[in-house]
Amino acid sequence: MALPNKPLGELPAVANPEVVEHDVDVLIIGGGMAACGTAFEIKKWAPADLKIKLVDKASMERSGAVAQGLSAINTYIGDNKIENYVKMVRNDLMGVVREDLIYDLGRHVDDSVHLFEEWGLPIWKLDAEGNNLDGAQPAPSLPAGGKPVRTGKWQIMINGESYKCIVAEPAKTALGDENIMERVFIVKLILDKNKANQIAGAVGFSTRENKVHVFRCKTALCACGGAVNIFRPRSTGEGKGRAWYPVWNAGSTYTMCAQVGATLTMMENRFTPARFKDGYGPVGAWFLLFKAKVQNGLGEFYANSDAVKGELEKFMPYGASPVTPTCLRNHLMLNELKAGRGPIYMATDVALNAFLDAKKAAGMDEKGVKKYWKHLESEAWEDFLDMSVGQAGLWAGANIEPEKIGSEIMPTEPYMLGSHSGCCGIWTSGPDEAWVPAVDGPRSHQYKWGYNRMTTVDGLFTAGDGVGASGHKFSSGSHAEGRIVAKQMVKFCRDNASFKPELPKSAQEYADEVYAPVRRYLEFAGASTASDVNPNYCKPAGIMMRLMKATDEYGGGVATYYMTSGKLLNICLDLLKMLREDAELMAAGDLHELMRAWENYHRIWCVETHIRHIEFRKESRYPGFYYRSDYPTVDDANWKAFVNSTFDPATQEWKCEKVACINIIETEPWV
Amino acid sequence: MPSYVDPSKCDGCKGGDKTACMYICPNDLMVLNKEEMKAYNQEPDACWECYSCVKICPQGAIAVRGYNDFVPMGGQVHPMRSSDSIMWTVKFRNGNMKRFKFPIRTTAEGAANAYPALKCTNLDDELLSTEKQLPSPTMLAK
Repeated sequence: MALPNKPLGELPAVANPEVVEHDVDVLIIGGGMAACGTAFEIKKWAPADLKIKLVDKASMERSGAVAQGLSAINTYIGDNKIENYVKMVRNDLMGVVREDLIYDLGRHVDDSVHLFEEWGLPIWKLDAEGNNLDGAQPAPSLPAGGKPVRTGKWQIMINGESYKCIVAEPAKTALGDENIMERVFIVKLILDKNKANQIAGAVGFSTRENKVHVFRCKTALCACGGAVNIFRPRSTGEGKGRAWYPVWNAGSTYTMCAQVGATLTMMENRFTPARFKDGYGPVGAWFLLFKAKVQNGLGEFYANSDAVKGELEKFMPYGASPVTPTCLRNHLMLNELKAGRGPIYMATDVALNAFLDAKKAAGMDEKGVKKYWKHLESEAWEDFLDMSVGQAGLWAGANIEPEKIGSEIMPTEPYMLGSHSGCCGIWTSGPDEAWVPAVDGPRSHQYKWGYNRMTTVDGLFTAGDGVGASGHKFSSGSHAEGRIVAKQMVKFCRDNASFKPELPKSAQEYADEVYAPVRRYLEFAGASTASDVNPNYCKPAGIMMRLMKATDEYGGGVATYYMTSGKLLNICLDLLKMLREDAELMAAGDLHELMRAWENYHRIWCVETHIRHIEFRKESRYPGFYYRSDYPTVDDANWKAFVNSTFDPATQEWKCEKVACINIIETEPWV
Repeated sequence: MPSYVDPSKCDGCKGGDKTACMYICPNDLMVLNKEEMKAYNQEPDACWECYSCVKICPQGAIAVRGYNDFVPMGGQVHPMRSSDSIMWTVKFRNGNMKRFKFPIRTTAEGAANAYPALKCTNLDDELLSTEKQLPSPTMLAK
């Protein structure tokens, strides 16, 4: 029997990788919805000689949060007023958002949805009788007056299994295959040697061959999604992979931007969605399309009880909205669970049978009802099969038929993101428009500084999950935001034509840094007969578990029903400090493990900003997402403000500050 | 395990530089063992069960066995994806079966218009290439 002290995987890493240098004008980091928007848009503005490169950790056809598909587009304005979209987002996110960014998103998003439909994404429509048609049946397009199937006010249903493939195709065609590098993981951004606070490049490595890539660029987009596997998940075995958000999002966007000094905002915000237990299947269609309700363990439909109404009154004006903010819905659910009235069930059986009973009451014959049921059943299963097949697999394995029995729902472990019902991210400039407030002071206090969605670092842009204080953009909004950035990056290149980026270190020095975990492995692997247990190094898998244990127990994870305190948070920060030091001792024997090592560096940093922000904000802004026992209420009088933080790369010091939150859209009425 | 490979069907994509499953996996999980010429999932507890590898495998060699920490054995969900639709077979633990077919695309693969000839010049406003006009907010805060 061979001893197990050999590299995992099939692509062993070597001590001295080839180093390749690239000179470009525009570097696009990421390949998800936002980066696809940029790739589609940029050449329409760029002069012919502008050099552009897109670098994706995966392959664009199935990368990012939409890789698996989606069953709905959650942001389509249509006949609604954009102003009401702003009101909805700010109420859902408890008042502290950038209304300029949200309005701007709202005025661009439909154009992206119309392109998706033209490119071939099937969008459900209503026929003349108000029945649902799937997206392949003949119907007028959205711009031609076709009526989408609305679930909520802002969501439309799609047959979205191939959503990402369809969006990636014209993105790749528009940019050109020769300008796209897949399976290259960018791990660090680099500031210019001569010009302060100016992006000048990035470094990454291939996960397919032993090569380090060093880029020099005038401007960069960093759009690599949110952060997953940062808190201990409810399933810690194989099911660790069944994260609600894409398991490959490692907080790279936030960490890489923060490390070069980009100001972050609202990093205290997190998302702990209530989803079908374990499979993490979507609940939106169940609530909105099928009108299902949640039941506690006593069989009570608690959501409309007097006790609940009284509870929501503690959170005014937010609790008064007809659609209760996502965090407060969680809060109500947690109250039931903590009182021992769990588990919480989505009453799928009650909901589906109500539809059938209504048809029968309206005089539909048995054959008609049977046909109607086939259609309804198909819609119910498609919701999972389009975007969360694992949930369908759980139902199949557990013999669950949703018309016969409800399914348990449960708030998940926390995630960090800026595009879904969360709003952590990077502080960016809004559009250069008169209606965006002009604010004095440093960029970390301002709302606009010339380039829409540029971070506080010159030339560095972000989009999608990266842009903070502007949630609810979802897939369509992320694409639109990527398009906005495309034009701005070309403008930045025009305005900075004479800028010649220069990196402070040699390409080889960056390569040494990137491959340090490989060298550590090769140096010390022989010190133990077991590859993963060695006194000289730690492996990425172990470091990730250590991170998730610390955040779960001290940072308000599922272990404590999301409760933390100043005391616990400071213990968490101490643990993370040692973890960050020990992460320097990570070892990787193969290229896949090297990717995991660098993802962990990103995770640890990103969670540290999260904990730091929660510690700074002396209130509980998002009850249901997290609580501080020492400041248990929402405190609008003192904390209806952004928390922004900036890491100074020169001094290595963090600064957290309170920044004024300005309402652009009327506050009376609030919603 | 998430996704697993049937060795009797996998041909290692006939020894090409990269297999279809390696090409597509968003989490870099699928790898080829060149001695055996078979692919495998190298990190099952990092598998999202996104089915990208199952859908793309030209040999139909990849399937999914549900996460062993919460899915009872015996069920299976398996797709057959064509250029315009997808057919799902859902097999329950108790042997029941359901089949569902959904459209996935209304245009031919490769037909999405990338607007390669569209060139715009005014970099100093906020309009995107396919937009004609943009509103400004009303209902302003006092």
